[in-house]
Amino acid sequence: MQSGEDMTISDIFDNMEYGPAPEDARPALDWIAGNGARFGLFIDGAFVPSEGGESFETRNPATGEVLAHVTQAGQADVDAAVAAARKAQPGWEKLGGKGRARHLYALARLVQKHSRLLAVLETLDNGKPIRESRDIDIPLVARHFYYHAGAAQLMESEMPDQQAIGVAGQIIPWNFPLLMLAWKIAPAIAMGNTVVLKPAEYTSLTALLFAELCIEAGLPRGVVNIITGDGRVGEMIVAHEGIDKIAFTGSTEVGRRIRAATAGTGKALTLELGGKSPFIVFDDADLDSAVEGLVDAIWFNQGQVCCAGSRLLVQEGVADRLHDKIRARMDRLRIGNPLDKAIDIGAIVDPVQLQTISELVDRGLAEGGEAYRANAPLPGNGCYYPPTLICGLEPASTLMQEEIFGPVLVSMSFRTPAEAVQLANNTRYGLAASVWSENINLALDVAPKLACGVVWINGTNMFDAAAGFGGRRESGFGREGGREGLYAYTRPRAGAGGKAAKPVKPLHPVSGTPAPSGQPVDRTAKMYVGGKQARPDSGTSRAVLGPRGRLLGHVGIGNRKDIRNAVEAAHKAAGWARTTGHLRAQILYYIAENLSARMDEFADRLQSMQGGGSGPARAEVEASIDRLFTWAAWADKNDGAVHQVPIRGVALAINEPVGVIGILCADEAPLLGLISTIAPAIAMGNTVVAVPSWPFPLAATDFYQVLDTSDLPGGVVNIVTGEHPVLAKTLAEHDDVEAVWSFSSSDISQMIEAASIGNLKRSWVNHGMARDWSDADARTFLRHATDVKNIWIPWGE
Amino acid sequence: MPEKPNAAGSARVSDPAPSAMQPAHIARNPGMPLDLDLVRGVAANTSAIERRCAALPGRRSIKKQWQAAWLLKAVTLIDLTTLSGDDTERRVHRLCRKAMQPVRPDILDALGMKGRGITTGAVCVYHEMVPAAVRALEGTGIPVAAVSTGFPAGLSPLRLRIMEIEESVAAGATEIDIVISRRHVLGQNWQALHDELRAFRAACGDAHMKAILATGELATLRNVARASMVAMMAGADFIKTSTGKEPVNATLPVSLTMIRAIRDYQELTGHKVGYKPAGGISKARDVLNYLVLIKEELGDRWLRPDLLRFGASSLLGDIERQLEHHVTGRYSASYRHAIG
Repeated sequence: MQSGEDMTISDIFDNMEYGPAPEDARPALDWIAGNGARFGLFIDGAFVPSEGGESFETRNPATGEVLAHVTQAGQADVDAAVAAARKAQPGWEKLGGKGRARHLYALARLVQKHSRLLAVLETLDNGKPIRESRDIDIPLVARHFYYHAGAAQLMESEMPDQQAIGVAGQIIPWNFPLLMLAWKIAPAIAMGNTVVLKPAEYTSLTALLFAELCIEAGLPRGVVNIITGDGRVGEMIVAHEGIDKIAFTGSTEVGRRIRAATAGTGKALTLELGGKSPFIVFDDADLDSAVEGLVDAIWFNQGQVCCAGSRLLVQEGVADRLHDKIRARMDRLRIGNPLDKAIDIGAIVDPVQLQTISELVDRGLAEGGEAYRANAPLPGNGCYYPPTLICGLEPASTLMQEEIFGPVLVSMSFRTPAEAVQLANNTRYGLAASVWSENINLALDVAPKLACGVVWINGTNMFDAAAGFGGRRESGFGREGGREGLYAYTRPRAGAGGKAAKPVKPLHPVSGTPAPSGQPVDRTAKMYVGGKQARPDSGTSRAVLGPRGRLLGHVGIGNRKDIRNAVEAAHKAAGWARTTGHLRAQILYYIAENLSARMDEFADRLQSMQGGGSGPARAEVEASIDRLFTWAAWADKNDGAVHQVPIRGVALAINEPVGVIGILCADEAPLLGLISTIAPAIAMGNTVVAVPSWPFPLAATDFYQVLDTSDLPGGVVNIVTGEHPVLAKTLAEHDDVEAVWSFSSSDISQMIEAASIGNLKRSWVNHGMARDWSDADARTFLRHATDVKNIWIPWGE
Repeated sequence: MPEKPNAAGSARVSDPAPSAMQPAHIARNPGMPLDLDLVRGVAANTSAIERRCAALPGRRSIKKQWQAAWLLKAVTLIDLTTLSGDDTERRVHRLCRKAMQPVRPDILDALGMKGRGITTGAVCVYHEMVPAAVRALEGTGIPVAAVSTGFPAGLSPLRLRIMEIEESVAAGATEIDIVISRRHVLGQNWQALHDELRAFRAACGDAHMKAILATGELATLRNVARASMVAMMAGADFIKTSTGKEPVNATLPVSLTMIRAIRDYQELTGHKVGYKPAGGISKARDVLNYLVLIKEELGDRWLRPDLLRFGASSLLGDIERQLEHHVTGRYSASYRHAIG
């Protein structure tokens, strides 16, 4: 067969084949050579050699050739980078949003001015097709800096109550090296943070070129520090005491380790992890367009995409037809030299990854899967894997659950929209989803039901700086992009949300021999589960004594089974999320009304437990009523956003409830602490398992009578009394609880965060600091009580 | 199971006379009864189709000798067209000579394509010009196509439209570019459209029918897809985008919609139907994008004159300049190439 340059026009006229169309690698190779093919670390505005002097090779996966030697940073280097960032941070923040905007703009412009070099270098180092780095990655990088130049410019006026977190440690993956750098650095520095970023060891080069751009842009020293190396460097960053925030994109396994390592340190954390995102095709879809969507979903970047539409769910009636179309389309994919401008599929990033893909596919075939591999030639050497479609698997199969991170699509059929949703959500992950249907009713009905952070309707893998990106479940938490992404790099301004934080004073139940209560009839407080009063599973109670030892009543000692029952009840009440804000508001007002009617009783109760005069007790009840009014007010007002993304259409940012939230309530404010946390949770449509103040539990157990008389559906609020450390552990470990909040005076923050790694639930803990309960701090609670889902809706007829 | 194509509707289904249009024995599409379920079930997602078309030029790159070869291929696919009120026999004669020798012989020689019989795919004229074109092209094998049926609006009496086809066939046209009644599409009156096209196809006899959908007047891609399907069910040999007289003529999204319909029709019936984008394709760069689209979506078999034509008048001039540039390395001027 003739090929390449010797083919004549006459031959080509007859065979109408494509010729080679290689992009020139020279500028990128010259840049590498100009640096002596050896790179130091970018610390405090300059390239420096490592203290330890270790380095490693970075290779072109398409050829196996060594491109350069990159430094393996050591502890001293990490220390130096963090110190540089630390030193630079106050000045950078003080520069103000408008000053920072100029720098971000300069970076955006420099990325555009060097776009060809960046694209070629990215493709050389990563193996992705030059079309993708040129048309997708690099333009999105520039877009991200532009968008966040604007975010910086507007920060003081639009986010007056927010300030920088401090120094951010950022660890990024190899699949979109420069794009992930942009996603991390742009919002961080826009909000006044400084950063220490570690690129993946396979793909460090564009980050190092970006460091040069930082110098060229005149970015103040130490604002951006880039240190290279393997996972050990990542661990040093995660563990470093000088870092206030960790942002990680990568595997769920490593994300879990980072969560465990940062537990209790007070470091803010966002994780963008793996996925097994469903690609749902209904029988009325434009099947040809859906097939093309799959090309962009799973055969984009060799399938090495965290949000790859890797799990095809197709309605039975069109499954065979769609599979035929997919197979035909696969045969037209061109696999080869990533620098060739007419290549669809480039090289897998590294032989290790290639091996992982092969092994997983073998396992799928052993489990009964039938593979179709694209009938297209593969290059003889280099790291390549053919596009593959696997049918014949069921949800129970490994490949239906495990992320492959390669060009392998698994397919399964469904019968009804409800079954599509059920199958789509039958996964530990929850990153993204595609929905294909020509029926707007169907598509917009399904999108909110999918457990994920991004939904694309009749499209896939659409990204923009103006829309948040991020997942739920084991796909991590936090958003990148959009206004929602800015909160990942800010914290409430000290003084704005109340007084400066003070340590919370540990409180314990009053112990001793109870003095007689003097009550004519014995009163036993129960738990409240599924709208019913429940006795503790343990069958044990403790006496609740007043400050002078008077017996006030008994309270059940809850255990893990009580938590289990309460979580079950909370899930049964999930329909609460689909009620209207108007209804939830009415119920919250009604609760307030009924509490108000029992003002005296609750004030007496608070006073009897805590002592003190009647004034503070009445004030707490009054504040609780007001708090209920505040959250009734918010119930129908936490609007989402319509993001201005560059498509003909919109991205709807919808605030969705998080799910079941376990709340360890404040000990020091038995009623207000309970109401200030459960009210925002239920106002936003969550259901709750609340563990009330353990020293003063009786206000909460009285309160369920108020709930009972206020039309609150059973299971929306469940109250389990008991010792916080015991119950918090069960809640944090529970895989069917989506979030845990703790305002307890017990020292349990570290334990909760460490125990939350099972399902990577969102945790919000006080780290031993007290909260000013006189302030509703509504914005903060709203953010914690909701997850933003971005639904991309292109339109046009 | 797809319904078997029904030959009853095509009155004179006989093997057509051999022509340049049928070098590789493509069985002619006999059509089939109107399948309304299928027509109504057609889906065309505009936004996704536009995205595919926007990304495509970046996905493929045709350079160097490949570009020259592909452009020469494009030349052989052109229906060299004149459709003006001031057409005369002499004007048509000049066009026909250009069709016979579309590229300067020295350029062909330099490209190693001398003796490869590079001509345009056909010459396309109004009915009154058919005899002149037939005379000028006698013995060349280049077919004469006539636009017909009250072109371009298609609003003359049906009886006259049918008679017009018959007259053009009698005058020697072997390809008839008919226009459909857009109102049948806009009113979703698929039976009327099918009937009309059936009648046209019967009148064509052995001549090949290219059904012009006038996509610029059909409002939506869904309508384009449905009209494409009905035209093929009625026995169209080609489906064609435009008369060149609508406000919007051939576009990549319209083309993608139509060729996907062609692919579906082939899956359904086994018959290959040709495609002709017309109007608005005037640059070499544009025609390469069309060729890539056809190759990617329909496959190489469609890159031949029996299944692909470009309705164009000024495209050839741009291709000639590009070909000369390929030979000399210098940018060319239009006056260096003969006009048609």
